Amino acid sequence: MRLFDKPAHVLHDMLVNKEITATELTKDVIARIDEVEGDVMAYLTQTREAALAQAAAVDEKIAGGKVISFLEGIPGAVKDNICTKGIKTTCASKILENFVPPYDATVIEKINAAKPVILGKTNMDEFAMGGSTENSAYHLTHNPWNTDCVPGGSSGGSAAAVAAGTAIWAIGSDTGGSIRQPASFCGVVGMKPTYGRVSRYGLVAFASSLDQIGPLARDVTDCANILNIIAGHDAQDSTSIDASVPDYTKALVADIKGLKIGLPREYFVKGMDADVEKAVRTAVKQMESLGAEIVEISLPHTEYAISTYYLIAPAEAATNLERYDGVSYGERVDGADIVEMMTNTRSRKFGKEVKRRIMIGNYALSAGYYDAYYLKSLRVRTLIKQDFDKAFEKVDAIVAPTAPTPAFKIGEMVSDPLKMYLQDVCTVPLNLAGLPGISLPCGFSNKHMPIGLQIIGKPLGEETILRAAYTYEQSQGFYKEMAELGGKKA
Amino acid sequence: MKYEAVIGLEIHSELKTKTKIFCGCATTFGAEQNTHVCPVCLGLPGVLPVINKRVVEFAIRAGLALNCTINKFSKFDRKNYYYPDLPKNFQTSQYDLPIAEKGYVDIDVDGQKKRIRITRIHMEEDAGKLVHSGNTIKDSATSNVDYNRTGVPLIEIVSEPDMATPQEARVYMEKVKSILEYIDVSNCRMEEGNLRADLNVSLRPVGTTALGTKAEMKNINSFKAVEDALAYEIQRQQEVLEDGGHLVQETRTWDPDKGITLSMRTKEAAHDYRYMPEPDLVPIVTTDEEIAAYRKALPELPDARRQRLETEDGLSSYDAGIITGSRELAEYFDAAIVDGADAKLTANWMMGDLAKNLNAEGKTIQDSPVDAKRLGQMIMLISKGTISSKIAKKVFVEMWTSPDAPEKIVKDKGLVQITDTKAIEGIVDAVIAANPKPVADYKGGNTKAIGALVGQVMKQSKGKANPGVVNQLLKAKLDT
Ligand SMILES: [Zn+2]
Repeated sequence: MRLFDKPAHVLHDMLVNKEITATELTKDVIARIDEVEGDVMAYLTQTREAALAQAAAVDEKIAGGKVISFLEGIPGAVKDNICTKGIKTTCASKILENFVPPYDATVIEKINAAKPVILGKTNMDEFAMGGSTENSAYHLTHNPWNTDCVPGGSSGGSAAAVAAGTAIWAIGSDTGGSIRQPASFCGVVGMKPTYGRVSRYGLVAFASSLDQIGPLARDVTDCANILNIIAGHDAQDSTSIDASVPDYTKALVADIKGLKIGLPREYFVKGMDADVEKAVRTAVKQMESLGAEIVEISLPHTEYAISTYYLIAPAEAATNLERYDGVSYGERVDGADIVEMMTNTRSRKFGKEVKRRIMIGNYALSAGYYDAYYLKSLRVRTLIKQDFDKAFEKVDAIVAPTAPTPAFKIGEMVSDPLKMYLQDVCTVPLNLAGLPGISLPCGFSNKHMPIGLQIIGKPLGEETILRAAYTYEQSQGFYKEMAELGGKKA
Repeated sequence: MKYEAVIGLEIHSELKTKTKIFCGCATTFGAEQNTHVCPVCLGLPGVLPVINKRVVEFAIRAGLALNCTINKFSKFDRKNYYYPDLPKNFQTSQYDLPIAEKGYVDIDVDGQKKRIRITRIHMEEDAGKLVHSGNTIKDSATSNVDYNRTGVPLIEIVSEPDMATPQEARVYMEKVKSILEYIDVSNCRMEEGNLRADLNVSLRPVGTTALGTKAEMKNINSFKAVEDALAYEIQRQQEVLEDGGHLVQETRTWDPDKGITLSMRTKEAAHDYRYMPEPDLVPIVTTDEEIAAYRKALPELPDARRQRLETEDGLSSYDAGIITGSRELAEYFDAAIVDGADAKLTANWMMGDLAKNLNAEGKTIQDSPVDAKRLGQMIMLISKGTISSKIAKKVFVEMWTSPDAPEKIVKDKGLVQITDTKAIEGIVDAVIAANPKPVADYKGGNTKAIGALVGQVMKQSKGKANPGVVNQLLKAKLDT
């Protein structure tokens, strides 16, 4: 029996019922890695030995008749921008090629306390800057549905691993769509919680006011269960929300009768892929038939979201990335003096996209330009937030496409950064407004590439969007289908 | 043309919190290199700052003590510049919404009162310390960074350019130091870099109001250097202007050994700090109630204390100014007089023999071998007439090296003043008999001649006779 193709909650039950052992499960997923990782290349670092030891410990516990928690013994993976004590954390950048954190991120502490099996660290766009994982300084990651296509990004490795069966679940980070868009491209479920719901302590910062950690999983049920583990206030993150964490699995109720769902006209943009629009509109109809009330709404400042995002995110990134200077950690390229050393290090060890964003960010913050760019973008950000506030006076949740297209071909957009940035049009407004969003499969394109449906909630409205997502998911079967990988189908 | 100087100071003061501003590391000075560090103050990837609430409390106290308005909504910003002692290559500081603004300090220079306005006070983190194999980073083969000081909390107190002389600048800085010590927010140990100042100075023709081109001298860490550097810089700028030259806005360093300032960088090369709001910290919101509570909890400040010493203890304005000039002196004074020692006499002794002895041995008032209690006891012995002021000087010398109470010293050394009229009368008679000339002079109307006779009696009694009694007896005998 192959196990890698099952969601965590199914495997959890099998472990509890002693139908399988954690070691069997872990070995099966490792076998799957051996089988397809050469085609997918989702991982940057694998921790197989530690994984098998973790699995053995869980088996011992089960054999001892002890109760296990949800993720216990279930193999997963972590995006390589989340600090793991003793395990290399590179952010897919050459500048942190050999960086081994001396501490665990809060989210890793929480996950480790749940005793899962960690298979390794996943590939990403360098410092999470990108939407295709093509900006990794190490290697490409391929979309399991078509290895000529990108997996999306920046959490492309995490999404591809879950889609390929080389991880049952994964952790990603989302600054402008970096969990939701790859989830959409790879046909898995990805969730960006409300800003501050999950601690950012130990997440290597890209844009501090936008970054948020979240789960990628096979289905909504797994997402809710993982959110239960990682959500909560953290005294080490001043921006984390001090609110109690509900049991998100209680929201897994297949009932959306009377739920008011907004459909923002601005999210069905010109140039949107026809298959995407069709799949999303069909999904909306489906939700209506399940009893939801569909309300057309307007989010008038949506058209400014991309330019606002591409000023605020690079500005924050420019300062966040100043610390990589070759002085006390990370890679160093020597020079005749300190200035030359820092210059050489940063010039040679940062990739092209990272340098582009550092330059945009510094430009926006420069004396004489600050008001025109950075300050103005902060004001527009407020307007975008107010759009949502107004909309949420009328509706409980908002549905939209996750990305305007299905996964595109590798190399198709690398020479056109602007076109690449436009990929984020449906996802960045949530980060700017700090709202939770979930992407789940809602169909396929005519080339059988997955399409994602995005459900957006109010601040701390995770339960509502989980319920809506769960209800929709259970009403159709898209989520059950796994990628065919060169005939290596499950 | 006559020129006048326009001087403004930016004083950086380390706050004496136990832990750093954004992490739990100790702030202890002088520890082994890189032992008080953690991922946060090392600026490792992924870390986040958490504000130390004591830092905000201390900054608010400083703001109130310096007569500032406390901003009820204040925030942190990132000040970006690359330097290897700054692990994140930005300093978390405050830009447009500092914790306190619009205060003032009143100073007293040669009896002239002057108000120096304070523009703002903001909180920030200190940088680490570079340890070079050579003298500077440029001529060193290797340089090491000690991150122990990284993240030690600082407040920066920015004055308006309200000072006109190096002396005013010095007095202003001394006053600020004293206030910070009074409110117990900083150790103000200048030799440890706890307190340092950036000096801004420019010249303008007397009678004009526009500001001239300024020079800035950074990290001056002694009062003497404040005065010397400013005096040199004013002279230098004046010479340039008088020669018809023109000044450039620049940063200069003060070389205390050579006694000169040297150009470091000009404005064209100045930093663009690209300030931006710190997204990892939430704004600091302080309520009116909290501010009122902080204000209520403030101790008596130097100006109020000085006033009290003048009106309640009868000290002269000058004496009260010196005694309240530092918290330690003022506390010593209060402790000395608490059991009833005469205030004026205590002040005199503190500024006289005590100060002289401390100076001679390079000691501070806290290390004084004669503590406040014993000095007070000694002064009470003088007031009671047990010892004369002259004898007291001997007692004081004994006390400097002996831990004994003054009363015991007086007894052991037999220094008790003779007030017994009978005992003194014999000496008086003998002195009158042995000194016919002064006696005749006195009787002839030269009343001052009695001084020589008193001196003789004192000498023969080995200083122990009560001078008052001696005077009385002599007068009684000569006037009849
Ligand atoms: Zn620390």
